[in-house]
Amino acid sequence: MPRINSPSELEKLRQGILSDRDPEKPCITLCSGSACHATGSGDVAASIEAEIEKQGLSAELDLRKTGCHGFCERGPIIVNHPEESCYFQIKPEDAPEIVSQAVKEKGIVERLLYTDPNTDEKIINESEIPFYKNQERLVFGSNGSIDPKSIDDYLAIGGYSALEKALSQMTPEQVLEEVKKSNLRGRGGGGFPAGRKWEESRNAPGDIKYVIVNADEGDPGAYMDRSLLEGNPHSVLEGLMIGAYAIGSHEGYIYVRQEYPLAVKNLAIALTQAEEYGFLGKNILGSDFNFNIIVHKGAGAFVCGESSALMTALEGRAGEPRPKYIHTAVKGVWDNPSVLNNVETWANVPLIINKGADWFTKIGTEKSKGTKIFSLVGKITNTGLVEVPMGMTLRDIIYEIGGGIPGGKKFKAVQTGGPSGGCIPENLLDLEVGFDELSKAGSMMGSGGMIVMDEDICMVDVARYFIDFLTDESCGKCVPCREGLRQMLKVLTNITEGKGNEGDIELLEELSEVAKEASLCALGTSAPNPFLSTVRYFRDEYEAHIKEKRCPALSCKELIAYHIDPDKCQACMICARKCPADAVDGGKKKIHIINQEKCTKCGTCFEVCPSRFSAVQKISGESVPPPIAEEKRIITRKSKEK
Amino acid sequence: MSDILVRIDGKEVEASEGMTVLEAAQSAGISIPTLCHHEKLEPFGGCRLCIVEVQVGDWMKRVVSCVYLVEKNLVVRTRSEMIDKIRKMILELQLAHAPDSPELLDLAKEYGADKDRFDKEASFCIHCGLCVRYCDEVKKKNAVGFVDRGIRKEISFIPEIAAKECWDCKECFPLCPTEALQAAFVLTKSLISPPPSREPTSEE
Amino acid sequence: MDNDRVDQIIDKHQGEASSLIQVLLEIQTENHWLPKEALERVSEKLQVPLARIQHIATFYKAFSLVPKGRHEIHICVGTACHVRGATRVLDTVQDLTGIKPGETDLDLKFSLETVNCLGCCALGPVMEIDGKTHGKIAPGETADVLKSFE
Repeated sequence: MPRINSPSELEKLRQGILSDRDPEKPCITLCSGSACHATGSGDVAASIEAEIEKQGLSAELDLRKTGCHGFCERGPIIVNHPEESCYFQIKPEDAPEIVSQAVKEKGIVERLLYTDPNTDEKIINESEIPFYKNQERLVFGSNGSIDPKSIDDYLAIGGYSALEKALSQMTPEQVLEEVKKSNLRGRGGGGFPAGRKWEESRNAPGDIKYVIVNADEGDPGAYMDRSLLEGNPHSVLEGLMIGAYAIGSHEGYIYVRQEYPLAVKNLAIALTQAEEYGFLGKNILGSDFNFNIIVHKGAGAFVCGESSALMTALEGRAGEPRPKYIHTAVKGVWDNPSVLNNVETWANVPLIINKGADWFTKIGTEKSKGTKIFSLVGKITNTGLVEVPMGMTLRDIIYEIGGGIPGGKKFKAVQTGGPSGGCIPENLLDLEVGFDELSKAGSMMGSGGMIVMDEDICMVDVARYFIDFLTDESCGKCVPCREGLRQMLKVLTNITEGKGNEGDIELLEELSEVAKEASLCALGTSAPNPFLSTVRYFRDEYEAHIKEKRCPALSCKELIAYHIDPDKCQACMICARKCPADAVDGGKKKIHIINQEKCTKCGTCFEVCPSRFSAVQKISGESVPPPIAEEKRIITRKSKEK
Repeated sequence: MSDILVRIDGKEVEASEGMTVLEAAQSAGISIPTLCHHEKLEPFGGCRLCIVEVQVGDWMKRVVSCVYLVEKNLVVRTRSEMIDKIRKMILELQLAHAPDSPELLDLAKEYGADKDRFDKEASFCIHCGLCVRYCDEVKKKNAVGFVDRGIRKEISFIPEIAAKECWDCKECFPLCPTEALQAAFVLTKSLISPPPSREPTSEE
Repeated sequence: MDNDRVDQIIDKHQGEASSLIQVLLEIQTENHWLPKEALERVSEKLQVPLARIQHIATFYKAFSLVPKGRHEIHICVGTACHVRGATRVLDTVQDLTGIKPGETDLDLKFSLETVNCLGCCALGPVMEIDGKTHGKIAPGETADVLKSFE
């Protein structure tokens, strides 16, 4: 592949690619992101390929393995082009039918279609499915149609035209102005105006400047960046190149978690291709702009998502944050001006350059422009990645797109912003997503993790969980964070174990205040948020744990007991067989009793007891009823009497 | 080096560019408590005890004075209700590790910190980092370093290097506000054999 | 891992001190742990103090200073998996294997680790063994999965 040396050569190549492709030719796109891969899309791909071969359709039908489509709950997913019909939860044995129908006009495999849970209707087209209908997938949309390992696919959808425009029609200052005008704010959690950061670096003294992609996505439950890198790595590279041009940087870094092997692999492939085609290296597209990118793998530290810690890690040291009295945009990696932005932020840049800041500012709200990708996970019907315009309400995201809470359970809270964020209760669900709204309620939008919680989740445990996470992930350098969290964890653990005391909440609030005011970095100053927001909205749960030694959500192991209601037990033996601790005593006609000494509270009996019996209960705050007398335990199963 | 005029606790102080607020305060005889600071070492910013309130224009923020550089028209307050509250808590948290440290106890008296507020912790190291940084920056031997992170962070000697370097040095010992360093060294000593030519000295 | 192999890895990264973490990652991936001799070699060749390497090797979770078992069990304890009951899965696996996260059993058969989000949240709770993901795993199912490993 000869290097592309000018914008016209690029256009010629692009036209060449497009003319070689027939948009009407049937193409099966199969989601091959990490999650679908874990549900077997690799096997599905193999069986479809074999079937295409077997039916002699290699010339008429293409299979394209794409990145994440977003509807992770229903993976593996297939979208048939050009019909746009959509199949879910595909298994390898579905291949013959899928392949035969794909080459027929309007051919569909009805049983694989999405069924609307409210109307029971089958929906054919992806765009009509409620999950997708209410989204605005400007950044994420291409994931479903391109093979991330093919730069030609990216070029076919207009890839690198923004870079072309920037290098050949705009000066670096003009690119900077456009990004400033767009009001693009960082998507990693900080929400800092990208244009302002870029300008600070551009104006900072020094010839060596760095641009950095922060792909150390550490918030548990958030995987938007991973899916972007796996599914459309070139969009991130293109954004980075444009940013480098605007700032005057010639060297870029991508700091990516080593826990994301597919992202690392697809990035490496994309970089090799970009180099080959001439989008990296010297005199890119015939301009005098030179640029190279180095990938640096993270080695497993959440704190390295903090910009100064990340830069310290890039220097080959332990990722301890530094005081940011002087911005890293001025003194960053090896004290050089460094612009660090999140993966999603960079991916927005080509769109802004291509369609203009004016277009971008029409989406979203006054202070929060554009769209945001969220990972909607937890106790939600439609788990997956969703992209919506800023300003959509939490309620709409959770119910219109997310399909509400499964299993007939009641919504309790939605946790946003990861360990730096907080929990938002039901009465605040009409808050709009954006950089400022959620902060007023004691949370923050963060990088996009949105964890839905139902009535079975204990909010005290949620606070303990996040503090526990942070005691491990804190770098340990400063006292308010290291020692403050150490003590907070002790108190919260005690509360969940029934050892809480009066005054615990006040102590936690005091420790929170010191951590917020005096910690060295944002990990520390935001660490108390999960506690502060849960005690703000769910103080009654804390008090129940402390005063009554009771867990209202029936979740905290030390405060609950599993008990089989002798009036409901039908001695079916299912729980006795499944119990991993051999703690159920009973027989075929003998009512089962849980041996509380042996019980490990794993909850298996509760899960497996047939719903028509529902004999297993969880008790908290009161003692377990004593076992009934031996004679009373013999029964005949009701079903046998019918 | 231009002179920068700053105001600390109502007093006008002449400072030069590149000076930290702590240095400026010390030069004017205004005391700010520190734990992890040492003139021979790069500022660490770990103990947070030297935290002060600074005002630039209308903007007030709390910063650690050992790191924060002086600016024109900077107004600094070294004591306030919140500052004292923070210092008291920091001392109480540290005293859980090192309740006998003379330095900590002195400061505790000044700020009303209760050394028994928190249950005693197993490790007496308070992570001021003075030993690690001294061995790195001044002695350039790196015989002792940090290990791990978060609440499991500790200091650890590298036995082979300690065996070679520490016997005749021990310059870090007086820097340690607690007994942790000496304890770590004694532990390390029990893992390595002394050089054959040495006679045990009176302290060993 | 012999010194020649360590040298090869270091040279691949142009012998730069800033590539220290990348060098250690490669050694860890290939060798499954970081032997002291390898660290001493890296210290010598990259001219980085051993104390700093020691800090890095213990600071980052990817590294292990002790040999790992033949099969590495990773249990995701990210928030989404946590609310779907990951703690119960972890407790059960701990009971079954007799080891806690970070430990390896005496036969060097299993190593157990918790991970904070593998990004398969739709499949929570998630247990990964030898790169294979077991999604929507219930505590009661873990015994059967573990039995299949030698």
